[in-house]
Amino acid sequence: MHIPDGFISTGTAVVTYAAAAGGIGYALRRVNRELDERQVPLLGVTAAFLFAAQMMNFPVAGGTSGHLLGGALAAILLGPWAGALVLTAVVAVQALLFQDGGLLALGANVLNMALIGVLVGWLTYSSLKRLLGQRPWASLAAGFAAAWLSVVIASLAASVELAVSGTWPLGVALPAMGLVHALIGLGEGLITVGVLAFLQATRPDLLVLNRAASQAGGAG
Amino acid sequence: MKVLKKNWWLAGLILALILALLSPLASPHPDGLERVAADQGVGDQAQDAPYQVMPDYAFPGIENDALATIVAGLLGTLLLFGLGYGLAWFLRRRSSAA
Repeated sequence: MHIPDGFISTGTAVVTYAAAAGGIGYALRRVNRELDERQVPLLGVTAAFLFAAQMMNFPVAGGTSGHLLGGALAAILLGPWAGALVLTAVVAVQALLFQDGGLLALGANVLNMALIGVLVGWLTYSSLKRLLGQRPWASLAAGFAAAWLSVVIASLAASVELAVSGTWPLGVALPAMGLVHALIGLGEGLITVGVLAFLQATRPDLLVLNRAASQAGGAG
Repeated sequence: MKVLKKNWWLAGLILALILALLSPLASPHPDGLERVAADQGVGDQAQDAPYQVMPDYAFPGIENDALATIVAGLLGTLLLFGLGYGLAWFLRRRSSAA
């Protein structure tokens, strides 16, 4: 859902750039206190994996494709603030070097995918984990729901930004975007659960590096 | 395998690079936003970037499309690994100095 240039009005660009800059500044301040030493390479691996995974468009219904955004996955692995910064790096490199997503639209794309996507993923995951407790499937169920919802909400944010820009009418675009991303979100959920299950089986220690995530589960 | 077990991050990076090698298999269909924009008849409002480095994830000057995508994908994956690692290293240094 990378917004290209030409879809975003100057006013919307200014507002979304300001919101994105504010969010990144806040994330930079919050992340310091939470970073474990082993998270240094994990940030690198997550950024690399999300970039590569975002290139892998998978088909959904009706000649449409989608790809992983990874906001929920990054939040679960790294916590919301480090996760938002990693997604910001991915989205910025995509716009600056690969011409995927516009330059004027970069603020909106960071806001939607790196901030809204990550925070919705994080809030959904942590609330569901608190709700489901220590059941063995709790992490995977919460991860799936978090991934799905993060994609759908991010797409709705993009719909609103394009409607405010006068590109399309909100009444038609909002349900259309929500519907297609409800499908894409299923792919996002499956990939997220796949990665979480793989890590649980191979390196469960990496899943609990993120202090906030383990606290959300009640394990402390 | 012993090296990979000890250096899990290397295993993760290799996995990401393998994924980048597979990137030519990605679906060529428009994504969700492009599809809705096309249905709304505004798809052609999209503007090209003012400059091009590796547009559409294709490394310039490589005739073979799949190879151009693979080279661009590998470069991007390595770059993001460096950026993520560098960012975390910088943040930790800053917090220990404070």
